[in-house]
Amino acid sequence: MNMSVALPVIIPLLAGALSVMFWRSHFAQRALGVLGTGAMLAATVWLLLETWENGHVVMEMGSWPAPFGIVLVSDMLAAIMVMLTGIIGFATAIYSLSGIGKMSEKFGYYPLLHLLLAGVNGAFLTGDIFNLYVWFEVMLVASFALLILGGERSQMEGAIKYVTLNLLSSMIFLTAIGLTYGLTGTLNMADIGDKLSTVEDTGLITVIAMLYLVAFGVKAAAFPFFFWLPASYHTPKVAVSALFAGLLTKVGVYALYRVFTLIFNQDVDYTHEILLWVAAATMLTGVLGAAAHYEFRRILSFHIISQIGYMIMGLALFTPLALVGGVFYIMHHIIVKANLFLISGITFVMKGTHELKLMGGVYRTNPMLGVLFLIPALSLAGLPPLSGFFAKFIIIRAGIEAEAYWAVGVALLVGLLTLYSMIKIWAEVFWKAQPEGVEGELRDVSSGPMIWMWVPVIMLALMTVAIGLYGEPIYQMAAMSAEQLLDPSQYIEAVLGESRQ
Amino acid sequence: MEVVMAFVVGGMYAAAIYMMLRRSIVKLVIGLVLLSNAANLLIFTLAGMLPGAPPLIPPGATVPEGLSADPLAQAVVLTAIVIGFGVLAFAVVLIHRAYEVVKVDDLDQMKDTDR
Repeated sequence: MNMSVALPVIIPLLAGALSVMFWRSHFAQRALGVLGTGAMLAATVWLLLETWENGHVVMEMGSWPAPFGIVLVSDMLAAIMVMLTGIIGFATAIYSLSGIGKMSEKFGYYPLLHLLLAGVNGAFLTGDIFNLYVWFEVMLVASFALLILGGERSQMEGAIKYVTLNLLSSMIFLTAIGLTYGLTGTLNMADIGDKLSTVEDTGLITVIAMLYLVAFGVKAAAFPFFFWLPASYHTPKVAVSALFAGLLTKVGVYALYRVFTLIFNQDVDYTHEILLWVAAATMLTGVLGAAAHYEFRRILSFHIISQIGYMIMGLALFTPLALVGGVFYIMHHIIVKANLFLISGITFVMKGTHELKLMGGVYRTNPMLGVLFLIPALSLAGLPPLSGFFAKFIIIRAGIEAEAYWAVGVALLVGLLTLYSMIKIWAEVFWKAQPEGVEGELRDVSSGPMIWMWVPVIMLALMTVAIGLYGEPIYQMAAMSAEQLLDPSQYIEAVLGESRQ
Repeated sequence: MEVVMAFVVGGMYAAAIYMMLRRSIVKLVIGLVLLSNAANLLIFTLAGMLPGAPPLIPPGATVPEGLSADPLAQAVVLTAIVIGFGVLAFAVVLIHRAYEVVKVDDLDQMKDTDR
């Protein structure tokens, strides 16, 4: 009985329940927000260390042996994802102390935040495909409510698209689960992988695999299913945007990694060829959208899409090095992308707008913020010695080794265009002079109650630099997770253990 | 029986997609309701249909005698119904609020966030 797997899910659920009890006390909710996410971060680090020691950590819910009961499984990939959830949750909670506003707190921002984190962690750790659907829904309901905190017109419009397409993908996922169950008679992922590995006729399995690809593709915002993301991600509060950008689409990516390595590894040529095309198209469309727009958060939203393409490319190439690159890329991306959104929140407080045309001169008044923006921005574009360079380098090298030259070409071009749109933000917001007829600094952000916004930004920027300069342990973790992903028998053995015939 | 159910499920999926492609938000939500019910019915059908064979275990035994209905699929459908119900309740409240704010029942008028 190992509690370390359950804690990352239990702690946010408890903190959320307590937050609901202290509905009227802003102070108690804030304290619980920071303490709860802090405790969760500690628990996730413990889980990562446990997983690093043992390879797999398995816990059977209610002592029902797998495949009959629901299991929580942590392999290296899940442990890494859960730890990143801890980091982003903690950063968002600190940021919210000064960046979320009284109204949102009044309408239950903190309980929803905890519930969202519980849903994300549950999705990462569960070893049961229907349980994965349940956690997805927990996550989605919390995200729906967070998305419309504030109730402005743009939020409503964005929410309708977000809710509809996410529900559609959930139903496709449920359909796929039903078909999987009809085919194998089990819902335990390890058991499904075990049963399908011996099937001769792979046609039907490939059809089901494509259903999963569509369902998770919508959640991960892959081409051509990404239209809900740029329509909705720039509408809510900045802290919520950062949380979504960091975590939600990555749950879809994680699910793709999980099912296409553990369950659908029969007809790799066919399925992963499709994944590679999807990855290339995702990269390109995302970055072209970013190049065309002039709104801070909308540019960043399109960048999420293009970066998802890199992660799927790592999965699609399906070589050890490519999977290392994919996992490394996910780690780098979550930290950097959340940080960029948080920075857009600081400039919003300064200028009162997200439109690039109406901003300017931030570097003159606040050079520190300029430097803090450049670190994640250049990391996103992949300049050495920051984290993004190594992430891109591993994936592109894997692509060359796998002789997928056209995909590598697309990836390099997209890196260039990413740099272009980041430089666009830099020039418009930080470098150019204050435009005529627009108010300068609305609020002072470097003192008083706004000081909490700086803490997570600095923390995440330092992490970006650290991953770039001391990338070896991160690389080792990614290498271990890639090795486990390519050898699903380890996972199956860890979950089913003695109960296999 | 399974053949009839297959046609029913297929028809429900088709109706759901048709409703979701309409411009009115109310019809969109009706489409979502149909879709979630279609998925539930599909799971129910896929587990095999055995009328009059409840999975009861006689005293002293550990497995039911002979063929019996699959309780797991029914548990899954029950869970899915509850989740679907909760999410759809949210969706209905959302379109009500959206209608109050935007003042149209037409998805083509909701393009502000896409520009």
